[in-house]
Amino acid sequence: MEQLWQLLADIDWEDIGQATLDTLAMLGFSTLFTVVIGLPLGILLFLSSKGQLLQNRFIYAILSFIVNVLRSVPFIILMILLIPVTKLIVGTSLGVKGTIPPLVIGAAPFFARLVETSLREVDRGVIEAAQSMGASNWQIIWRVLLPESRPGLIAGITITTVTLVSYTAMSGVIGGGGLGDLAVRFGYQRFQTVVMVVTVAILLVLVQILQMLGDRLVIRFSRK
Amino acid sequence: MHTTPFSFWKKGFFAGLEVMWLIRLENLHKDYKVDGKMVPALRGIDLSIEKGEIYGVIGHSGAGKSTLIRCINLLEKPTSGRVLIDGVELTALDDGKLQQQRRQIGMIFQHFNLLSSATVADNIAFPLKLAKTPKAVIDQKVTDLLALVGLQEHRNKYPAQLSGGQKQRVGIARALANDPKVLLCDEATSALDPQTTNSILALLLDINRKLGITIVLITHEMHVIRSICDRVGVIDGGKIVESGKVVDVFLKPQHRVTREFVEQVADSVELKEAVSHEKSANDRTIIRITFLGEQTYQPILFQTMQETGTSFNILQGTISRMKETPYGQLVVELEGDADRSRQTIESLRGRGLEVEVI
Repeated sequence: MEQLWQLLADIDWEDIGQATLDTLAMLGFSTLFTVVIGLPLGILLFLSSKGQLLQNRFIYAILSFIVNVLRSVPFIILMILLIPVTKLIVGTSLGVKGTIPPLVIGAAPFFARLVETSLREVDRGVIEAAQSMGASNWQIIWRVLLPESRPGLIAGITITTVTLVSYTAMSGVIGGGGLGDLAVRFGYQRFQTVVMVVTVAILLVLVQILQMLGDRLVIRFSRK
Repeated sequence: MHTTPFSFWKKGFFAGLEVMWLIRLENLHKDYKVDGKMVPALRGIDLSIEKGEIYGVIGHSGAGKSTLIRCINLLEKPTSGRVLIDGVELTALDDGKLQQQRRQIGMIFQHFNLLSSATVADNIAFPLKLAKTPKAVIDQKVTDLLALVGLQEHRNKYPAQLSGGQKQRVGIARALANDPKVLLCDEATSALDPQTTNSILALLLDINRKLGITIVLITHEMHVIRSICDRVGVIDGGKIVESGKVVDVFLKPQHRVTREFVEQVADSVELKEAVSHEKSANDRTIIRITFLGEQTYQPILFQTMQETGTSFNILQGTISRMKETPYGQLVVELEGDADRSRQTIESLRGRGLEVEVI
């Protein structure tokens, strides 16, 4: 027992605190941008698909192809491939800033597919009823599709955020900041297993909190 | 003078027609593409619906009735033909103008199609918000509509908390929010139990009378047509095969499909058995007598039989009403020789009854 306390006391908690904050910052910004890019992309995927308001086989095929390509590249490889792009966008490929573009580019297509699936769940009859009342396509998106699929969208954001937690950790490998970086540098490269265990514990708690929050919101907005 | 004396007359004549008919469907065709083949759903529908009437379209499933009603507000774009509502040709409008026109056409659905994420009040307010109505106006309108459909206490509930009949009432209130000229009912009572069906039909009739809204409904239930419709069209294979006043069409059905629907409510099977059994005997004539309106409640049959001294036997009979019109139909077996029977039939016809020898 004493040994354990000693081990924990040896850890640089300031480092861990900073790393946790970095992870939260990466998570916050990347979730925000993922939603900002992925939501419209998902709506466009849905609307251009067969039998929908803006049915367009050409646009759907292109969007779907891009999404599939980005989703099929493993994140750790995507991250490395994107280094030049990241430098172009934020000026560096390192640290918190350098991690956000690959996180967003990796997660947005994933989230877009979740959005598409949620929108498919919206009752066709309700869309038709809105059309019969003279709704424009914009009004159908804002007043029918998004409110009706809200629980599904919230669940999608939750899943995406949890995925982003593991992506942020992976970015530690190529010099991103945060808990992943800490785990790689101390836990892996310097064999400080305790640091590894502590970071994993923090990530675990983080994921638990996020999932719980998401589930509560889904229940709160479910009306069926 | 280039104008002929007739051009003036023609103009006036057609202008008059436009006012009389609120809805006109002209030579409407609709084809669906199924597995690369074109399948016709509507084949040349011509239909004119008067302002203020309740017009019913009855047909079996697959006859094209759903396509027909959805062509009226262009939820389904007809392959060819014209749709005119109050003189405006909907089939000639662009999307923006069509959206404007659709606000004058309310629609209710078999499965209600309410927003599950919005309260009853917000569902009713929905079309008003689409039309960018000021909030104060919306609140007043929603309150009035809730009272009209009798859902005042349910204002803040969500659709999932309501029964089927209540959901349809919300649907009706929503459809009326923009003060439409026309209300389209797409199998509006088909998902409801008989009692709820009657209460919804009563509400529709009430709305038609209070607000003067023209109602077009489609159904596969005779009961619906008989309870509230003024005129009916029978659709089969994408064509209107018979149409006219409900009383005329259903008391003297001409087309096979119409007869099938009439049989839904009459016990014709029993009648056929009774008739075939009796037919073997000579000196017996079986007739069907139809009473309409006031005749229904008068002892015409008794008086006539007394005069001619014929004895008779009632095999089957119905006395009911279609909307407000009372009617009766009796299948009567006349006993005695053919001469006397003929005399009786003449006498009945002389009193204005419809008599058919079976």
